[in-house]
Amino acid sequence: MRKIDPDANRFRKIVRGKIRENLKQYVSQGELIARQGKKSVSVPLPQIDLPNFRFGQTDQGGVGQGEGDEGDPLGAEQAEPGPEAGDQPGEHVLEVDVNLEELAEILGEELELPNIEPRGSSSILVEKDKYTGITRNGPESLRHFRRTFKQALRRQISSGSYSKENPVVTPHREDRRYRSWNTSKVPQSNAVILYMMDVSGSMGNEQKEIVRIESFWLDTWLRSQYENLETRYIIHDAKAKVVDAHTFFHIRESGGTKISSAYNLARDLIQKEFSPEEWNIYLFHFSDGDNWGGDDTTHCLDLLNNELLPAVNVFCYGQVKSAYGSGQFIKDLRQAYQEHEKVLLSEINSRDEILPSIKTFLGKGH
Amino acid sequence: MFHDRDLTPELVEWKDTIRQVAVDSGLDFFEVLFEMVDYDEMNMIAAYGGFPVRYPHWRWGMQFEELQKQYSYGMAKIYELVINNDPCYAYLMRCNPLVDQKLVMSHVYGHSDFFKNNAWFGKTDRKMVDTISNHAVRINRYIDEHGKDVVEQFIDVCLSVENLIDIHSPYFSQKENVTEEQRAKERQEAQGTRIPTRSYMEDFINPPDVIEQEKQEILNKIEQTERFPQDPQKDVLLFLLHHGRLQSWQRDVLSIVRDEAYYFAPQGMTKIMNEGWASFWHSRIMTGGILDASELIDYADHHAGTMGGGSGKLNPYKLGIELFRDIERRWNTGQYGSEWESCEDVHGRNDWDLGHNKGLEKIYSVRSTHNDITFIDEFMTEDFAVRQNLYTYKFDRSQSQYVMESRDFRDVKNRLLDQLANSGRPQIEVTDGNYGNRGELLLEHHWTGTPLKMDYARRTLENLEKLWGRPVHLKTQIENKVKILGYNGSRHEERNES
Repeated sequence: MRKIDPDANRFRKIVRGKIRENLKQYVSQGELIARQGKKSVSVPLPQIDLPNFRFGQTDQGGVGQGEGDEGDPLGAEQAEPGPEAGDQPGEHVLEVDVNLEELAEILGEELELPNIEPRGSSSILVEKDKYTGITRNGPESLRHFRRTFKQALRRQISSGSYSKENPVVTPHREDRRYRSWNTSKVPQSNAVILYMMDVSGSMGNEQKEIVRIESFWLDTWLRSQYENLETRYIIHDAKAKVVDAHTFFHIRESGGTKISSAYNLARDLIQKEFSPEEWNIYLFHFSDGDNWGGDDTTHCLDLLNNELLPAVNVFCYGQVKSAYGSGQFIKDLRQAYQEHEKVLLSEINSRDEILPSIKTFLGKGH
Repeated sequence: MFHDRDLTPELVEWKDTIRQVAVDSGLDFFEVLFEMVDYDEMNMIAAYGGFPVRYPHWRWGMQFEELQKQYSYGMAKIYELVINNDPCYAYLMRCNPLVDQKLVMSHVYGHSDFFKNNAWFGKTDRKMVDTISNHAVRINRYIDEHGKDVVEQFIDVCLSVENLIDIHSPYFSQKENVTEEQRAKERQEAQGTRIPTRSYMEDFINPPDVIEQEKQEILNKIEQTERFPQDPQKDVLLFLLHHGRLQSWQRDVLSIVRDEAYYFAPQGMTKIMNEGWASFWHSRIMTGGILDASELIDYADHHAGTMGGGSGKLNPYKLGIELFRDIERRWNTGQYGSEWESCEDVHGRNDWDLGHNKGLEKIYSVRSTHNDITFIDEFMTEDFAVRQNLYTYKFDRSQSQYVMESRDFRDVKNRLLDQLANSGRPQIEVTDGNYGNRGELLLEHHWTGTPLKMDYARRTLENLEKLWGRPVHLKTQIENKVKILGYNGSRHEERNES
């Protein structure tokens, strides 16, 4: 352990506390999504630095050195010259990298999310290699020095060529030992999230933004719970299709809504790629609740009852409020599944309701 | 740690050689102990402000993470790290090639000489390595007594005002303030009326809270009788130490923060000179025989790296070294004094050389007596500013970017001096410790035309209130109006000066 580790840990703890404190704001503003890297998120933390009396004007300018004429713009790199020069307009805010697992943990703590007990996890085994063995042959890069010399020493002592006065140990070819791997089988939990979204004319940008933010946090949490998480995106109006994440969040279609089209496609996808024996399946559907008509809703309920619900861990329906939607669909679902343990429903009327909605969807630990 | 640590025999030899060259050049330094560290340790020590041990605090962890991140992204790497102490401690990065190690050693001898001889460092603690580890011991004891959170939060409060010191105060003795002392004595003697009784009855006859209350009343009366401080006090921390309502451990923590602030202050006041001086000497020592011909390209590359502003930044290393070189040249050729000043003949000025050869002597004396402000003020000439391509820039709102403003010598110099004044921080002093005759604290922002950052100022006031124990006020200007900000422990207020 390094001397500074307690201080560094202390700092991480403060960072976590601040993020937790402001989680609601981070979630509703959705600003973390844009800052997402591969494994971490860069979180702006304005209040963590120590306040003191300082000058407020950030555009007071300074003194620089170099070629050029009066009125010439300075390059971007020159933004911070001088001993105490003005910073960028706006403020330099401390940003801390937080990895996604930690973020998920914070979300879990704040919403008191239970850990997920994966379904059928023990039945799915994957092979993993671990370097735990020793062999006599192998590449030099894997040579085990200690074992090699030990072997040489043993040989020399038994053959009497080792002397205490001149303790030189010379390994021969046959003394060499190499690291090798053993293959073991470990259970793995796989999960797939199928996001479905209504992109009919009535879903506006704000509605999609809400879906985007919510799915970011759902992703983050579920990713922390499963070793292997896949995502698939389905959009639908009157027809459904599978798209990539970017399209999912940015496409704008128009036209009517046939929710059953999406459920049909989800069923096909599950049948083709994600067998329920091997996968934990999460269905999330977001819509403004306007469906084509009662017939289609009946069709949807049939699909859910007979095909989807038996296959999935959970079916979550989030209804975002839009100016045009009637919001009927959630009422139909509510009526059909009053206390069904696999069906979770939530209404998201504004960004502030994203966090409670996440809690509804994940709070049961399915 | 009284020896160099982990130095290869080759480096030990080089150290001796470089040290001898430094002595022969007239440098007069504290002995330097070098320690070889890898980047992890280097970042750790740097996060601790150069010291091997500090009291526990999260901000070291924050700085460490920042440095690690910068290093691993290849954005920045710490070349040299040296502490003002007798002996001087300096660190060498293990992975650096020999030429870099030699450069850093030469540079460090420059710093050590500067620490030892510059007047502004004259009053700093030269056994700071020991002092700072004592601070750590003391603070750890308070943590054991009062809990980590309590102590750490209090340290945060103190750090928030750590720059409210008077950087000049170590150079004059504090005025004997008799009444101040008398009052301190009265305050110490203040206690409630105690009725003599048997010890087991003590708590009943003389309930401690009543005694305490009475004592507070007397204290309040004392505070109300006189106006203090008699003169505005720039050392706000000292004032708080003397008069703030603090527990003894809090007082000690505050004094630790203050001591450390005074120790580090001269480094902020002499950044340009100190780096300029060290660079001047590493350049002279390296090119004076230490450098192997095969290392020339690498040396030039790294030297240029340190000197380079890249894209017009004003680099303290560069400004410092050039100014020292300019002084040396001027005093060698005699380009100073009234005769030089009054010469207006261009050719005459160009060929001016009286052969005085007083350059080296002059820069040695400059490094002893000046700080950045006086250094720039006295030695930055118009010729220099023109030759160095200096300019001022400003933020242009219409273009949303910085643009060059002026190459006028007076503008450049004034802007530079403005930035250096009070190390670029607002000047704030205590003017009334019994404000409104209610024992409240009034600070005044010495107005120089630039407003304070208000959200920070309010949060700082909250911290000041914790140290003072009564409502605190700050007089400053907002949008060209004199305002008095106040915080009473629960609420902020802002009003016009009455």
